[in-house]
Amino acid sequence: MTILAENPIKTVVHPSQVQQKVIASLHRRHRKEAWFRRTGLIAVLISLSLVALLFINIFSKGLPAFWQSAITLEIYFDPKIIKIPAKPEQAADESDNDFRQRYLDWQTQVGFVNFNRLITDSLQKILPDATKHRRDLGRIVTSGERFALRDMVVADPSIIGQTRSLHLLTDANIDVWLKGNIDRSLPDEQQQLSPKMREWVEQLAADGVIQNRFSLALFMNPDSRSSLASAGLAGAFMGSFYMMLVVILLAVPMGVAAAIYLEEFAPRNKLTDLVEVNINNLAAVPSIVFGLLGASVLIGWFNLPMSAPIVGGLVLSLMTLPTVIIATRSTLKAIPPSIRQAALGLGASKMQAIFHHVLPLAIPGILTGAILGVAQALGETAPLLLIGMKSFVASIPASPFEQASALPVQIYLWQGNELRNFFEARTSAAIIVLLMMMISLNGLAIWLRKKYEKRW
Amino acid sequence: MSNLSLIVVLLVLLALGYQLGMVRSRKVATINADARMHSRPHHYGMMVGLWAVLPAFFILLLWLWLAPAVINSMMLSQLPTDIASQSAEQLRVVSQRINNLASNFGVVADAADWELAAAEHLKQLKANSAIILTALMAVIAAVGMLISLLKITPHLKARHQVERVVKALLVLCSTVAILTTIGIVLSMVGETLKFFSFISPAEFFFGTTWNPRFSTVGVGEQGDFGLIPLLSGTVLIAGIAMVVSIPLGLMVAVYLAEYAPLKLRNTAKPVIEVLAGIPTIVYGFFALVTVGPFLRDLGAAIGLDINATSALTAGVVMGIMIIPFISSLSDDIITQVPKSMRDGSLGLGATKSETILKVVLPAALPGIVGAILLAVSRAIGETMIVVLAAGNSPALTANPFEAVSTVTVTIVNQLTGDNDFSSPQSLVAFALGLTLFVITLLLNVMALVIVRKYREQYE
Repeated sequence: MTILAENPIKTVVHPSQVQQKVIASLHRRHRKEAWFRRTGLIAVLISLSLVALLFINIFSKGLPAFWQSAITLEIYFDPKIIKIPAKPEQAADESDNDFRQRYLDWQTQVGFVNFNRLITDSLQKILPDATKHRRDLGRIVTSGERFALRDMVVADPSIIGQTRSLHLLTDANIDVWLKGNIDRSLPDEQQQLSPKMREWVEQLAADGVIQNRFSLALFMNPDSRSSLASAGLAGAFMGSFYMMLVVILLAVPMGVAAAIYLEEFAPRNKLTDLVEVNINNLAAVPSIVFGLLGASVLIGWFNLPMSAPIVGGLVLSLMTLPTVIIATRSTLKAIPPSIRQAALGLGASKMQAIFHHVLPLAIPGILTGAILGVAQALGETAPLLLIGMKSFVASIPASPFEQASALPVQIYLWQGNELRNFFEARTSAAIIVLLMMMISLNGLAIWLRKKYEKRW
Repeated sequence: MSNLSLIVVLLVLLALGYQLGMVRSRKVATINADARMHSRPHHYGMMVGLWAVLPAFFILLLWLWLAPAVINSMMLSQLPTDIASQSAEQLRVVSQRINNLASNFGVVADAADWELAAAEHLKQLKANSAIILTALMAVIAAVGMLISLLKITPHLKARHQVERVVKALLVLCSTVAILTTIGIVLSMVGETLKFFSFISPAEFFFGTTWNPRFSTVGVGEQGDFGLIPLLSGTVLIAGIAMVVSIPLGLMVAVYLAEYAPLKLRNTAKPVIEVLAGIPTIVYGFFALVTVGPFLRDLGAAIGLDINATSALTAGVVMGIMIIPFISSLSDDIITQVPKSMRDGSLGLGATKSETILKVVLPAALPGIVGAILLAVSRAIGETMIVVLAAGNSPALTANPFEAVSTVTVTIVNQLTGDNDFSSPQSLVAFALGLTLFVITLLLNVMALVIVRKYREQYE
């Protein structure tokens, strides 16, 4: 067309001239086409490699943390150190309460035993010049392991006087040293381990006494601040478990019921329009706002306990509700009206048509939506911080009303631990556990969808 | 009995009523063999069960709501006059103390005689209340069950009754979502108004310094609560996230929708969507441990001073998180553009890329804008990535290489200690939350309206 603009007199353009013009520009246009296409492919590849990078990064950091250095020791349960009376047995004429009292007294007595002595005594036998460095000697095995010994005695007092070969977790700093997570050339004053301990550790590792073993501590123990090497996820896991339970019991039935009403019964008017817009908005409200709601309404007005999974579960339920409603509604929408009409035509009431005929067909879709909602709730952190779940909890909660942490919050707490060299790996390990749970939930949802997917 | 066991008993009653009702309806049916029963046996069963349980359940709810206040005032009325004449605030402390005594934990050592007496009285009142409640519920449940059992005749429309209750339950559930919104707005507006009684709105919305001090410093020390630095940090990070995610997300959507062979599309799309399902705390950790140090070293190599925790770190990682939001939504919208438009353009001799850039994308533009708005609202409300990776320094700066703070980070910082909502230091969290809520609400509504308009256009 530019030709026309240049020569206004020449009204007719010869076809071959246009053709030439087009042919001349074709090369450029094709190059542009190829460039555009390549850019798209590169964008896809970048995105895919970002996914890969994220996973490789987390896994390469976290997987080593599932193996921890443990020391193999011959522990002699010395009767001279463990001086306790016989384990109480319930007498026939004794009430349950009296027995429990007596048993608790006995446990307290066991608690007073210096189990550390058993460990240091055993260490003395294998380490040269141990007596000269008593302080270092006590720091080889992580302090939480003495409770493991105590629990062994409580479980079976006949062990006293015997010798057992046990794998005990070493101190977190030894683990860091042996895995090479600290610069070994640093001067003494910047090292966490004293020169003597380093010498011992090297020797024990060379002798095979200290080995890298798969450790269940990460799964079996609650969080700990005094014995970092045995800090685990059990408490956070139970906290998350209770919260998921609340979400499944509250958000899923309520969401499904709401969706059934809105999709099948509600008249189409301004009010239901408002409800619909409101639900869509609620699904996009930042999660932290739900935390504020929990802090001011649930804790402030209803006086529910802080840091309790029940409150977390309620907050997460409110957050998940819109997701479940939206998923259920779209499933119900996809079920053809002929099903409803057939049921109604045979004389079923509307309620019967929906509950007996539509809902069973919608169950796979509803389950998929519910599982995805639960997975979303499982990974949520921010609202939980506002209702006090950030506090350190060193026990495994026995009910949803006790203080607890949650898996994502535990990750948040661990990443802030001062012993970065140790907790960077442990945090990644916790992330792996969380991701595995989410992947299995999502996998379940995909499997359900694939298995029951119907095209109408 | 405890409330939980009362509820368990109610469930047992429900099952019992169901069975009794079914049995009774069958019996009625055999007696009146000539008349047809209106409903099926399980409807009669359900009706009896509901009559037994629902009234008793409402009594329980009413009791749980009203009884504590009544018991408290009865207890307070028995206190010595010099104590009872104290101010309401002091009385609250007193009753809290007596409650602790009555439930056997807390202060026991230095309790006065009148306190112990009141605690004993309170214990008695509570025990009485539980007994009365249990008795009342038992009577009402029995009466309900009996009357409804006797009412069963062939003409009784049991199914209608049951269906009405079920429908009421459905309506109740669908109001929860509305109630949540109302709860969010009311609770936040209430606390925000309290906050504005300490700090004027003008000071909050237009202040350029954020330095709240600690609530323990003293009443005279008020601190500065300026929103602007937090807002600028939020916008800066969201902007960086958009710079990362819009080009990537859009190109991914275009390529997957228009060019990619089906096999690649079917694998790449779900894999990229995995990014949307990863918990944000994981992104935060990734940013803190990997991306931050990488950017710092990169900056050092080319002579830039980049903080490891900076707006850039948080923005880049948030951008990665948002890619699937933009790519999936845009993908849906691009595939919705009618094929005839593409065919028309291709038929005129345009190349594929020309068709996409000049026909498909302009047609899809409103939808894509909607998708981007939703992504922006997501970025503004995102918390964990910025908590870990933005550095938490509320300074007014436009330099992406420096540490900043955002609205969400500040909410977390101000509201994690002990939650007594009386100082401006903790109340400000609600003012910030309300601001955040309003901003994201506007973005969402705008996005929804645009997307809906667009849908109508091609349907």
